[in-house]
Amino acid sequence: MSEPMKIRATLQGDVADVRILMMHPMETGQRKNSKGELIPMHFIKNVVVSHNGKTVLDAEWTQAISRNPFLGLRVKGAKAGDKISVTWIDNKGDKRTDETAVAAGS
Amino acid sequence: MNKRRRTVLRLAGGAGAWSAAAACGLIAGGQAWAANRNEAAFQAKAVADALKNLGAGNLVESRDIVITAPDIAENGAVVPVAVTSKIANTESIAILAEKNPFPLAASFDITPGADAYVSTRIKMGQTSDVRAIVKAGGKYFTATKEVKVTVGGCG
Repeated sequence: MSEPMKIRATLQGDVADVRILMMHPMETGQRKNSKGELIPMHFIKNVVVSHNGKTVLDAEWTQAISRNPFLGLRVKGAKAGDKISVTWIDNKGDKRTDETAVAAGS
Repeated sequence: MNKRRRTVLRLAGGAGAWSAAAACGLIAGGQAWAANRNEAAFQAKAVADALKNLGAGNLVESRDIVITAPDIAENGAVVPVAVTSKIANTESIAILAEKNPFPLAASFDITPGADAYVSTRIKMGQTSDVRAIVKAGGKYFTATKEVKVTVGGCG
């Protein structure tokens, strides 16, 4: 199973600054292991971010995104306590959803 | 805010070093994807083909697109790229690393619920322009920024 994402959502005015760190190898299918065999491609192909159940960002990714991908975005009209939910699906069909609440700004 | 950013990046720091040897997008096609994925654009090996498959034939250079990326990236496996569009009604943002084997790295559909801003980290095989394509009101706008890559992320 995949490891949980790290999600941080902080209010800045009425905009939530959301930072997501996903744990994923993002293999390109180009690297070889110690035996010289190609490591199969394995990457996140779709990421959906929603705010209180409503989709705000839908990302299509490729193997060109770095390992353990980072995604930053800003959600408009957010309030402290709002729910930010993130779902990713990779090319092998694995998926993971994590969510967090928007924290009041400092 | 900067302090927080440091923390997030530090969490991923170790990973970045490890993937210095990772390749950056050399794959064969043939996978079955979700129907709405623009596979032709993602599989295109030339920038022009990728743009054509995105439907972005008539590109307008725009100063209202800001690409935030380092001038020199020491590690091509982890190049932080952020794109901000000040164009009204921005619908989507795509990021291309022009000299990667498959230039189109990512495409983001933005709804009115989010700012026209995305930030991520991409792999780059060599020094090249990073191009952002912004779709707004049915038109396509673009901007580029050159990133010099010291050690390529293509293994």
